[in-house]
Amino acid sequence: MADQSTSGVPIELRKVTKVFPGSGEPAVRELDLNIPAGEIVVLVGPSGCGKTTTMRMINRLIEPTSGDIVIDGRSSHDIDPDRLRRNIGYVIQQAGLFPHMTVAANIAQVPKMLGWDRARIAERVDELLTLVGLDPGQYRDTFPRRLSGGQQQRVGVARALAADPPVLLMDEPFGALDPISRERLQDELLGLQDDLAKTIVFVTHDIDEALKIGDHIAIMKAPGHIVQYASPAEILTNPADDYVEQFLGAGSSMRLLRLTKVGDIEVDQVPYASEDADAAEVLAEIERHGLDYALLTDGMRRPLRWVGAEHLQGLTGPVGSAGDPITGTLHHRMTLQDALEALLNADNDVVPVVGRRRAYAGALSLSTVQNAIQAIKIRERERRLHRGETGAGR
Amino acid sequence: MTLWEYVEDRWDLILFETAQHASMVAQCVLVAALLGVLIGVATYRRPRLASLATASSGVLFTVPSLAMLGLLIPALGLGVAPSVTAIVLYALLPIIRNTVVGLQGVDQLVVDAARGIGMSRQRSLTRIELPLAWPVILTGIRVSTQLAMGIGAVAAYVSGPGLGEQIFSGLARLGGANAVNSTLTGTIGVAVLALLFDGCFVLLGKLTRPEGPLSRRLTTGGVRG
Repeated sequence: MADQSTSGVPIELRKVTKVFPGSGEPAVRELDLNIPAGEIVVLVGPSGCGKTTTMRMINRLIEPTSGDIVIDGRSSHDIDPDRLRRNIGYVIQQAGLFPHMTVAANIAQVPKMLGWDRARIAERVDELLTLVGLDPGQYRDTFPRRLSGGQQQRVGVARALAADPPVLLMDEPFGALDPISRERLQDELLGLQDDLAKTIVFVTHDIDEALKIGDHIAIMKAPGHIVQYASPAEILTNPADDYVEQFLGAGSSMRLLRLTKVGDIEVDQVPYASEDADAAEVLAEIERHGLDYALLTDGMRRPLRWVGAEHLQGLTGPVGSAGDPITGTLHHRMTLQDALEALLNADNDVVPVVGRRRAYAGALSLSTVQNAIQAIKIRERERRLHRGETGAGR
Repeated sequence: MTLWEYVEDRWDLILFETAQHASMVAQCVLVAALLGVLIGVATYRRPRLASLATASSGVLFTVPSLAMLGLLIPALGLGVAPSVTAIVLYALLPIIRNTVVGLQGVDQLVVDAARGIGMSRQRSLTRIELPLAWPVILTGIRVSTQLAMGIGAVAAYVSGPGLGEQIFSGLARLGGANAVNSTLTGTIGVAVLALLFDGCFVLLGKLTRPEGPLSRRLTTGGVRG
């Protein structure tokens, strides 16, 4: 299913302003924002900063006073609002499930409006329940009231994905959950996103959630404007101003370690080849890298085994089943802290890193993490020095 | 003559009057329910209009039923017309009020979700808001029915149909033969009818509650085929 799903489209906000009737100050002021296709962009800020208003203007639950919102090259203003919304998944706090409808009926609403036939809808419902980790046989015919908060939110996500929209809007979806469920749902969302690659606009007031979830983060400030729009790593190492720094709270290197993902640092590259590659060529590749091992992958570039130069010596034809199975992989969404933990417990010095669809993305060793920590520390120190100088100069 | 002999003696007439009473109340409540829910739906999003609707039907409510019936005679004459008009007017208030309260009481998050996934105003109203407000609306209709039972009896004052005839003719002949029997028959008849109707509402409420068997069949059946 994931292979046929619609992936994300870009969204562009151009000088979008919203003034609510009867209030002098605009809720959102001439906001420009480029949301790249297939990314998670988090709007974060204190309550009243206009983040929810900004998000709700994308599916026209709130009409902008002025400015334009362009979704996949089309101005949203030219699309009938109801039709527009059926093509934009919408997830809200506490899921907002329809309490008088079964789980299946909740998920089926958008496909029904789009005129799908019953068999197709039933099939899709089961597929989606499986996707969000709920057993269709057990949950299909239950009512939302009987589900836990986390389960309700899973159904909420399934409902939003029902008609396979390219865009998802998520308004503090995990805000009402306990910390453990929240953490788990965040991880699951990231896992889903690896396969689905939707364009996701995510609103939260929790900076830790933003740093964990976002490919890019827009830090907003009242009245309705963006103070900094950057990747989590850049926001952590280079906050735009005091407001951002204050919003980030006490930032130590350890926190950075916790919030930096494996994908954010430069990982090692090791020679890799598929099982049917020629042994002699793999050997040559190993020597070219100046190493003594290579990674064997399957046809989808998913890591399978480590193969040492000594295994390949004298082997002709395809590599086949030579080498030792890998004992684990690191995910590029993993935090450095988790990666460190995994590396300390690993059998090998080097552990493969995988990215989208668990395909090879590199490899990581303790020394690489150590170097990355050093680099972050140096960057932070330089930043502080720099700020100290400019502060004294004023 | 005992009450039992009186009833046995006039069984056909009493049965006829009971049927008339029931039919009048049922039809009036049906009309009031349609009107009341429509008015409620038309006004619940605009608080000022909604309170105007409730207030004006509230004012009508304070007029004593006997006075209301009397006032209707010059315009509508005697018989069915003034009876039905009065009953409908009285039955409106609980229905309008409960429709407005019920619809306003629907969780705003749920309505927001309905709009957010692309339901039109109308679809959100018929698929989400009305079904969720239904238990409250049904309670309003139930109260209106009890009210209509009593006013239906008073309607005999303007020669309206139903069991009121037994009560009024008995009261008019107080001290005469069978006067008490007649009044008692009418009163007990109305009370029994009221209980019967109420029983029906309890059943209807169980069948149609938002998570009830009917809702389960409708929403689940729609998906599973």
